[in-house]
Amino acid sequence: MKVLVAVKRVVDYNVKIRVKADGSGIDTGNVKFSMNPFDEIAVEEAVRLKEAGKASEIVAVSMGPAIAHETIRTALAMGADRGILVTSDEELQPLAVAKLLKAIVEREAPKLVILGKQAIDDDANQTGQMLAALLGWPQGTFASKVVLHSDTAEVTREVDGGLEMVALTLPAVVTTDLRLNEPRYASLPNIMKAKKKPIDTLTPAELGVDVTPRLVTLKVEEPPKRKSGIKVGSVAELVDRLKNEAKVI
Amino acid sequence: MSSYAAPLTEIRFALAQLGGMMEIAALPGLEEATPDLVDAVLDEAARLAAEVLAPLSQVGDRQGCRLADGAVWTPDGWSAAYRRFAEGGWNGLPFDPAYGGQGLPWLLAAAVQEIWHGANAAFALCPLLNQGAIDAITHHGSAEQKAIYLPPLIAGRWTGTMNLTEPQAGSDVGAVRTRAASEPDGSYRITGQKMFITYAEHDMAENIVHLVLARTPGAPSGVKGVSLFIVPKFIPRPDGSLGNRNDVRVVSLEHKMGIKGSPTGSVAFGDAGGAVGWLVGQENKGLAHMFTMMNNARLGVGLQGVAVAERAYQQARDYARQRIQSRALGSRDPEPVAIIRHPDVRRMLMTMRAATEAARGLAYFTAGLLDLARRHPELSVRDARQALVDLLIPVVKGWCTEQASVVASLGIQVHGGMGYIEETGAAQHLRDVRIAEIYEGTTGIQANDLIGRKLMRDGGQCALHFIGEMGEAAAHLGGGPLARMRANLEVALDKLQSATRWMLLRQDGDPNQWAAGAVPYLRLWGTVVGGWVMARSALAAEAALRGGDSGQRHLAAKLITARFYCEHILPQAPGLAAAAMAGAEAVMALPDEDF
Repeated sequence: MKVLVAVKRVVDYNVKIRVKADGSGIDTGNVKFSMNPFDEIAVEEAVRLKEAGKASEIVAVSMGPAIAHETIRTALAMGADRGILVTSDEELQPLAVAKLLKAIVEREAPKLVILGKQAIDDDANQTGQMLAALLGWPQGTFASKVVLHSDTAEVTREVDGGLEMVALTLPAVVTTDLRLNEPRYASLPNIMKAKKKPIDTLTPAELGVDVTPRLVTLKVEEPPKRKSGIKVGSVAELVDRLKNEAKVI
Repeated sequence: MSSYAAPLTEIRFALAQLGGMMEIAALPGLEEATPDLVDAVLDEAARLAAEVLAPLSQVGDRQGCRLADGAVWTPDGWSAAYRRFAEGGWNGLPFDPAYGGQGLPWLLAAAVQEIWHGANAAFALCPLLNQGAIDAITHHGSAEQKAIYLPPLIAGRWTGTMNLTEPQAGSDVGAVRTRAASEPDGSYRITGQKMFITYAEHDMAENIVHLVLARTPGAPSGVKGVSLFIVPKFIPRPDGSLGNRNDVRVVSLEHKMGIKGSPTGSVAFGDAGGAVGWLVGQENKGLAHMFTMMNNARLGVGLQGVAVAERAYQQARDYARQRIQSRALGSRDPEPVAIIRHPDVRRMLMTMRAATEAARGLAYFTAGLLDLARRHPELSVRDARQALVDLLIPVVKGWCTEQASVVASLGIQVHGGMGYIEETGAAQHLRDVRIAEIYEGTTGIQANDLIGRKLMRDGGQCALHFIGEMGEAAAHLGGGPLARMRANLEVALDKLQSATRWMLLRQDGDPNQWAAGAVPYLRLWGTVVGGWVMARSALAAEAALRGGDSGQRHLAAKLITARFYCEHILPQAPGLAAAAMAGAEAVMALPDEDF
């Protein structure tokens, strides 16, 4: 069974994000990038499926500037077999990514696509769902457990009220939550082997996808600084202030 | 508790600009070490170090190791961390792919080793010793010994130790008494007692391979009668599986000032009749063979100094940023400020930073020479680089570790009273790194090696040639903004040259004359080569800034740090030269009983 994994290059989770002075976006100069942590979990899950003999090949896909091949290399060092990079210097919004992934799925015909539930840069939490809808495939999002059979998958989902179990008919889309697994450290021999694994490069045009952004970013700004609190004298005063000053109740 | 983030920007800069990574990756057999691979290796090492090894450093310091019934337990979590480390293949980085290594440059190994030591110095000693054992067997072992021992040692399933020291044989290795009697089957029976053996016994690996210095019957006295033996804890069968438990046991663990997570023990060989061992290399050549391992280990210990200095700096910097105390000097604002604003705290932080960068540059430069000495296609280049490695190894070992103690001590000072309190963790760095000036040969031994062997054996040819090379770099500093750096470096080089000629003139006279000033002379070398390293950094940073490099802040900081080094540390050179050349009179005059 072929498994396709989507990996995104994002600003490393340790980096303190700075907004550009002109409000046009965030400052990415000299900032460390790494693989979206949810996508690491997706790669790890695919590698475990392969180690368990349930997956035969893992294809890691990334999209964005040419430098995103580094993120694919990371996936290859973790155990993916080959990579596909769709290069684009244009901003790729979730719908465009989903359409590009759909085109790749149609070429590669995997039985399972695993994605992170969201990327830690824009936290959109849309691509997996959009991809499933575009493909007309079943989806198991926010997975904390995946049990794969030959034609079905049982996915345990983390939902607001607790856990939900769904049974999906393959092919299907799964998006990962934090508790699905703990990603491995790439071993030195595998980092070296990753160098020799192939990465194909494609463009949106070659895949016949129009990636023109549908949304316009008006402005990016820092979240407002938290104001210091005050002490109130009584419950009555608290209720009064919440009602008349803060106007939240 | 302090955290550790490998200084990857610094490390990459030092690899490229000071270690010569480009040139080394072009050497035959090292073509794999492309920039993207080097980046990926450093990134993953940094992650493993920060997330797995660093959190165990303070645990190790608090718990120490435990000995019961001949078995040693390392601190909580160490065994599992070691398994991850070994399974990650990190032990094999610079070794021969024919035995399971990855065949990457020693220069890259040096950088990765710094990362392990920065995260957890007591832990990283285990792979350090292992590396030395692998190197010794690679160079002097028989084909059969290589086939049996190298694969599991390189994989990290087994670990290696180095057994020289005995109660009466410390710096005087020739005084070892451990005996080796030959058996008809070609093996030897080893009996004797060793002490201060790092990772002599532990619960992290399947087998422990001791490399032991001992004497065969009738061997000449002193260093000329010492041979090297392999004595495994479990005797491997011909197929490599583990056989009988050998007659070698840890009888006690040392109570140490630092590196408490590293089990250091006294080892008894042959209490029950004789430990089975095998000769490595030639009989009576043990010390020379062990020196293969020593050179490697001495570079490693120098790197340990760099690493702990870096960690002490990171912790002091973070503390200085958040500790609020006193208004800024000369300010009318009554609000107290973070102590990083105060000139003397900044002086300490700059000293720590500059000394660490200079030491790193020296250590990486030397590691790069090691690759050139082993792999350069031309014999004359290989020989010249090897001579320079031999000259600089005692400087790396002696000077980088002394700098590390200075830096770690300043780290405590930046913390003020809190630095003296164990909970902050600042003191641990000093306690951990203090041993680095002692083991693998004290600073005094390094200094004697530098002068008595390395300098004098070729009449100072290699040393004076290298001083000339450094002078050329100084000239490149020109008359512009780096002119002051140039002036100080030229004075320092001149002093180094004078002191070197002074030493050479005393080659045939009373050795006490040069030995009395040997350590100041070694410090002079370190200080001046450090200045040369910082000058090269400044030149590289300036060129990159001119070329519009994106790392503006890092490069600008390089220039400032280099300037600080040249103005505040390098001026020590004339004083050190004076002490180096002062001769033995004042040192030797006082009668022993009047001390």
